Amino acid sequence: MKQEFIITIYSENHIGLLNRITINFTRRKINIESLTVSESAIHGVSKFTIVIKETEDRVKKVVRQLEKVVEVLKAFYHTNDEMVYQEIALYKVPTEALYESDDIENLVRKNGARILEITKEFTVIEKTGHKTETQEMFDALNQFGVLQFIRSGRVAITRDPIERLSEFLKERDDLLNQVD
Amino acid sequence: MATKRITGSQAVILSLLEEGVDTIFGYPGGAIMPIYDALYDFDKQVTHILTRHEQGAIHAAEGYAKVTGKAGVCFATSGPGATNLITGIADAMIDSIPLVCITGQVASPLLGTDAFQESDVVGISMPVTKWNYQITTADEIPGAIAKAFYLAQSGRPGPVLLDIAKDAQFQEVDYEYKKCTKIRSYIPEQPVDPFKVKEAADLIDGAKKPLLLFGQGVIIANAEEELKQFVEKTGIPAAWTLLGLSAMPTDHPLNVGMLGMHGNYGPNIKTNEADLIIAVGMRFDDRVTGKVSEYAKNAKIVHLEVDPAEIDKIIKTDVAVLGNAKKSLAMLTGNVKENRHEAWLQEFRDCDKIEQEKVIKKDTYPEKAGLTMGEAVRITSEIAKHDAVLVTDVGQQQMIASRYFKFTQSKSNVTSGGLGTMGYGVPAAMGAQLGAKGRTVCCFVGDGGFQMTIQELGTIVQNKLPVKIILLNNNFLGMVRQWQQLFFEKRYSFTELQNPDFIMIGKGFGMEGHKVTKREELEDGIQRMMDHDGPYLLEVVVEKEDNVFPMVPSGASVSDIILEA
Ligand SMILES: Cc1cc2nc3c(=O)[nH]c(=O)nc-3n(C[C@H](O)[C@H](O)[C@H](O)COP(=O)(O)OP(=O)(O)OC[C@H]3O[C@@H](n4cnc5c(N)ncnc54)[C@H](O)[C@@H]3O)c2cc1C
Ligand SMILES: Cc1ncc(C[n+]2csc(CCOP(=O)(O)OP(=O)(O)O)c2C)c(N)n1
Ligand SMILES: [Mg+2]
Repeated sequence: MKQEFIITIYSENHIGLLNRITINFTRRKINIESLTVSESAIHGVSKFTIVIKETEDRVKKVVRQLEKVVEVLKAFYHTNDEMVYQEIALYKVPTEALYESDDIENLVRKNGARILEITKEFTVIEKTGHKTETQEMFDALNQFGVLQFIRSGRVAITRDPIERLSEFLKERDDLLNQVD
Repeated sequence: MATKRITGSQAVILSLLEEGVDTIFGYPGGAIMPIYDALYDFDKQVTHILTRHEQGAIHAAEGYAKVTGKAGVCFATSGPGATNLITGIADAMIDSIPLVCITGQVASPLLGTDAFQESDVVGISMPVTKWNYQITTADEIPGAIAKAFYLAQSGRPGPVLLDIAKDAQFQEVDYEYKKCTKIRSYIPEQPVDPFKVKEAADLIDGAKKPLLLFGQGVIIANAEEELKQFVEKTGIPAAWTLLGLSAMPTDHPLNVGMLGMHGNYGPNIKTNEADLIIAVGMRFDDRVTGKVSEYAKNAKIVHLEVDPAEIDKIIKTDVAVLGNAKKSLAMLTGNVKENRHEAWLQEFRDCDKIEQEKVIKKDTYPEKAGLTMGEAVRITSEIAKHDAVLVTDVGQQQMIASRYFKFTQSKSNVTSGGLGTMGYGVPAAMGAQLGAKGRTVCCFVGDGGFQMTIQELGTIVQNKLPVKIILLNNNFLGMVRQWQQLFFEKRYSFTELQNPDFIMIGKGFGMEGHKVTKREELEDGIQRMMDHDGPYLLEVVVEKEDNVFPMVPSGASVSDIILEA
């Protein structure tokens, strides 16, 4: 059965690596639902967070292939339940709509969203949450005409107390020293 | 260590020499001219083979790598030079062949401007290389080359590509070379887990009908001796994949032949009767397994593999022993009990008898009028005392040669397995000849595939490489025609060829040769070819519509192997 999985990849920060990673999905005709790249807690190590809908068997196999990419330090996969994750959404609405009623203000309060910028013409609202939540907010705001909307890729963190990468780096060093 | 100031191009050549490179296959052009200019001063230290097409260069590098176990090295210019390498790089990727390809690239300020002969070679080659890298400054060169050789040759080998911008070739660099022995993000092989070895040994000791399947991993690991000791201690019958050919002598009593679609009868049907499969350095290709859901259903599976991604990829294992087969096999031999499986082995011999009667005799000692591929292969192997390097192209001739050529030493089989690249044979043979100087190299090629890289006859003659080319001419794209006959109601859609006078073409290139059409001429013809001092083209005109059997029809189970149509 297909379900959402979060793939986390730790890698060296090298040019072209994004391409090397994504071709593993393209090749198997797997759609990437969302993708985020940033520096991890360890300097020089990048962290990719990729969301796909697939069967566990296929995810496992893709992750093994990803680990073969020379610059990849470690790749994991998790189900949604196993991680804490968030996305951020920005909405641009006409400022006029805020004058006309309290509806938008109430939506902002109820959703724990916040207003980032107000100009004469438009107001930018920010909300973080899961996709379903930011989508609900979009649907609600859209009654007043959302001028622009953008949602980020997912960021996710495991429920472990520490970033596991440091352990893995140590394990790798031991492995590298064992094999000559 | 003292450094010296040289150009990037000189650094390329010196770095290659540091890696022990003695042969380069290539083709020059604008963007790689500085490197070729540097090469001009090193003709004593390194042989450069100018092929007639970049595809020739890359297949030659593959042939060289296969017989030596060292990385094959290949040069090409930017744009069309580089894209002409791609088929060979893809071939090397799927067959785990170590290659270092160096391509010229437009000068770095021009990158991305659609400059003359610019193409995104790093992008194009990414899916078919183990690693690739674009160099834009000279000081990156020694480090990148060191990394390239390390990655190409370690762990599961594969092709790597370095794309060097022209300005980096001209720039000066403080040259110093350090070999690469470690990369933080790359684990070439796992240490063998002794507990897994013990688990595997227990299964092996308890098995009644064990069958060992070995592949190219044994050759890559240089584990031929370890394999021999393991089977001789346990008495377990062993079958090879197409790419495992020559890892054990053909006539070893425990060698039960080839697996897969056109393999031998015994190992195929016995796969589904075995209670234990021990797979060593092979990846359960679909040509080996047939229908996966019915494969080895009665067997537990032990898999000795260097690449973790191969475990459970196709066939679910019971015990996976990760690591280099040279080490894991030796440890396994230390842990298993001495044993014999005479009755079980006898079942393979009985299957052999059936195959002999139904297929092999007719193929290799035919009584019908027309010549067969099988007899040409048998006689060639005999005259070579079963000790030559076999190179094949792709198609019926490849299958027949793989079935009937015999081997006494390892690293003696050069063929395109995973990609099945027609046109591979002739250039791979010249690379193999350069890697195995002094050995006889016999290249079997079909009339279709021959015409894909026939221009390399020029390279062979220019470099006086004494390869023996045996053209098995059935006037058809035979393998495709066979499928049309068996599965498409004999609708021979575009598989018949109008062929040229091959011998005259050979002569045009300055290659000796002659054509054989009758059985009385065959043995003498082959003898003449072998006795000839230098390259030789022997055309054997064979029956047009012969088929290769046995055959596991595609999608069928290995136990549904058919012996005749
Ligand atoms: C027309 C045609 C017909 C074919 N018919 C057949 C057929 O009938 N039978 C057949 O067998 N093939 C056939 N093939 C070839 C087939 O497609 C595969 O290429 C072949 O089966 C692969 O063999 P392999 O698994 O031994 O080699 P590879 O594909 O090279 O796999 C080698 C394995 O060994 C592992 N390895 C590498 N180094 C080590 C090490 N140091 N230690 C441990 N493991 C290591 C690798 O990771 C890999 O998994 C055919 C091809 C063509 C073109
Ligand atoms: C580059 C390439 N194109 C197409 C094929 C498909 N193909 C496989 S075998 C074959 C026929 C080969 O004919 P020939 O070289 O005459 O060899 P034969 O089978 O007759 O021995 C073809 C077309 C291929 N393997 N490679
Ligand atoms: Mg043919």
